[in-house]
Amino acid sequence: MTANVLQAAVVTALICVGSFFLAVGTLGLLRLPNVYNRLHATSKAATLGAASIFLAGFVHFGGEGAGLVSLVGIVFLFLTAPTGAHMISRSARRMGVDFLPDVYWPRVLEAESERETETEGE
Amino acid sequence: MASDPAFLEWAIFGGLVVASGVTFLCAYRVIRGPTTPDRVVALDTIGTNVVAIAVLFALQTDRGLFVDVSLVLAIIGFISTLAVARFVTEGDIIE
Repeated sequence: MTANVLQAAVVTALICVGSFFLAVGTLGLLRLPNVYNRLHATSKAATLGAASIFLAGFVHFGGEGAGLVSLVGIVFLFLTAPTGAHMISRSARRMGVDFLPDVYWPRVLEAESERETETEGE
Repeated sequence: MASDPAFLEWAIFGGLVVASGVTFLCAYRVIRGPTTPDRVVALDTIGTNVVAIAVLFALQTDRGLFVDVSLVLAIIGFISTLAVARFVTEGDIIE
């Protein structure tokens, strides 16, 4: 009986943490100014929330059957969420979605300064 | 499970409410979002939230089948994200 209550307490804590991170991810999706900044919120916070709820499923269902599927789901989420975020941000960059005004691509700035020194040398 | 403490049922119900409301709020970014990648990001987030909802539903009904459902939803969400991200730049998915 005590073990049952302890298990339920752990599941409750994991569900609370997961709901919190899902809410944080969606708040970032709604409030942040740019698609690249929104990807930060969704690809990290929302994935962490879903993984926490998966972990709650593992604690609830135990080490066989659906519990193991939950662990596989955590691994799958942690593999695919960064890949999908990278693909979206790369296609956004290729579509010409601009960064924020004071954000620049480091290589581009270096190339511009090199070009300036070359023209000064001439 | 009938022997679950009452606070676990309330926590699962609260988690379901939070996840559902958050999924509903993502629709704002899908409808409004200024660019197409914004909409793709919002749909991807909706997919992640629905995965969480499926796991919470598995906990509520105590049927492990719905964890499999959530895993399949995660796979479909990932593939659709890749397909859309490729479609908006290349113009086709399979050349």
